Amino acid sequence: MSNPSLLITASPHLAAGDSTPKIMWTVVASLAPIVAVATYFFGPSAPLVMAAATAGAVVTERAFDRRGTLHDGSAVITGILLGLTLPAGLPLWMAFTGGAFGIGIGKLVFGGLGQNVFNPALLGRAFLQAAFPVAMTTWPVPAAGGWWSLRGDIFALPFASPRALETVTGATPLGRMKFDLQATPLLDLVLGTTSGSLGETSGLLILLCGGYLALRNYLNWRIPASIFAAVAIVATGLHALDPARYPGAAFMLFSGGLMLGAMYMATDLVTSPVTNPGCWIFGAAIGLLVVVIRIWGGLAEGVMYSILIVNAFVPLLNRWTQPRLFGSAGRTVRS
Amino acid sequence: MSGEVSPADLHCGAHGASAGVGPRRAVPPGEDLVKGFWRENPVLVQLLGLCPTLAVTNSVANSAVMGIATFFVLVGSSLLVSASRRFIPNEVRITSYILIIATFVSIAEMALQALVPDIHKALGAFVALIVVNCIILGRQEAFAGRNPVGRSVLDAVGMGSGFMIAMLIMGSVREVLGSGTFLGVSLFGPGFEPWVIMVLPPGGFFTLAFVLLTVAWFKRRKALKAREAERHDVAVVERAA
Repeated sequence: MSNPSLLITASPHLAAGDSTPKIMWTVVASLAPIVAVATYFFGPSAPLVMAAATAGAVVTERAFDRRGTLHDGSAVITGILLGLTLPAGLPLWMAFTGGAFGIGIGKLVFGGLGQNVFNPALLGRAFLQAAFPVAMTTWPVPAAGGWWSLRGDIFALPFASPRALETVTGATPLGRMKFDLQATPLLDLVLGTTSGSLGETSGLLILLCGGYLALRNYLNWRIPASIFAAVAIVATGLHALDPARYPGAAFMLFSGGLMLGAMYMATDLVTSPVTNPGCWIFGAAIGLLVVVIRIWGGLAEGVMYSILIVNAFVPLLNRWTQPRLFGSAGRTVRS
Repeated sequence: MSGEVSPADLHCGAHGASAGVGPRRAVPPGEDLVKGFWRENPVLVQLLGLCPTLAVTNSVANSAVMGIATFFVLVGSSLLVSASRRFIPNEVRITSYILIIATFVSIAEMALQALVPDIHKALGAFVALIVVNCIILGRQEAFAGRNPVGRSVLDAVGMGSGFMIAMLIMGSVREVLGSGTFLGVSLFGPGFEPWVIMVLPPGGFFTLAFVLLTVAWFKRRKALKAREAERHDVAVVERAA
């Protein structure tokens, strides 16, 4: 019986060799080009803000997580993704607070990795948006005032408001479209030479980095595909109705945080549906909500709230789209 | 809001209060008063009256006025309920309690409207909603309806103070973080960045969660220490034997 080829074990017999740390660190690596481009556009402020957000996330994970999941890199991803959604001039203490909140309230109180309902990075951003609305909507213009210049009073002391520095700030393309009905050239949007948060500027690059993850099967390509399809269809329809008021599909797809949200936030392995039909519904609902909030909502950008709202429906989607058990007559588990 | 006065809540209140305080057992009068401050605090331990605790604690002044109004209603109705407990038929006792409570709420509401009209406006419907605050109905059902007047008033004063303590903790945290002020006085100067979320409804939930977390942590530590001490005593006795 000691011949190993005669031993029969329980399935699965083939493993992909993937583990949580491997997937997570691959995602971190795929974010590196986006971080680099953000640094190219916004100077030293960009890595500092992202580092502060990551430090907040990692410190909180280290302090309160009893399961020792620090090494798997999930807190690092949360921190970097949160940093990518922040404006370049945000004081570092606010970024740190956002990271700590995202991990603490967004993940650890639910029981740690794999238990959370909402995407921790987006929850951290939602908290910052509600707590510090002014600082969170001051958008520096990329490549203004020399690469080395700081894009805001990022070294403000904890609890102190940032002083107004002489930096060039401007409305985001979505803000200009919504409040001034002014379009931005598509090339600027695709390359990312517009003002906005660190990671929402270069749509093409995010598409490439996320595409790599989709090829590796670390994210379900159906989620971004359905988000893009839903946004494109609804936006094209509205654009056909009134081209002056409603921007076209290309603008909607490449402006704001849609690319980052669709590729990295919505596809979070924990907070997205486990079934493929569920992913289609999930993505379509996010896409629809994004257009609704952007066009009829009070805010210029709606990706964050869309994803958070639809996150809440994921357990329901998982139950609705449960596949039929092979060989059984009808739907099986309905509990 | 009306969901607050469910039988389950009343039961919970009765349970929390009457544990170990039977009507016949001799309890030192101080005990009736003190237990509401912390050990059986209506908000932090019994988790009653969370609606005003979440809704009106966005500033210290609002919290204090709400606490005083509730204190007045609680003491007044406990006094009256306890004094007339022999005349109230058991079948209609809840109705009678509510009527008595509503009387005092009306007095409190008119007094607030006359004395502090600004805060009355800020509190909105929540002054009138003291009627359905389950701390008050819970105390009538669990204590005042079956205990003599003196003890009932002491109990009401203790519970009312406990509610006020909880309101002031919530109000202080939220006003200091959310506006950088205490009772309207600026604490940190103009350089302070207010955490706007803390004076918004989510801030109420976050603050309450963190306060309850702290209370639970202290209680757990105390229980662990007591158990340690007990084990130590047992070990000493065994060694002596």
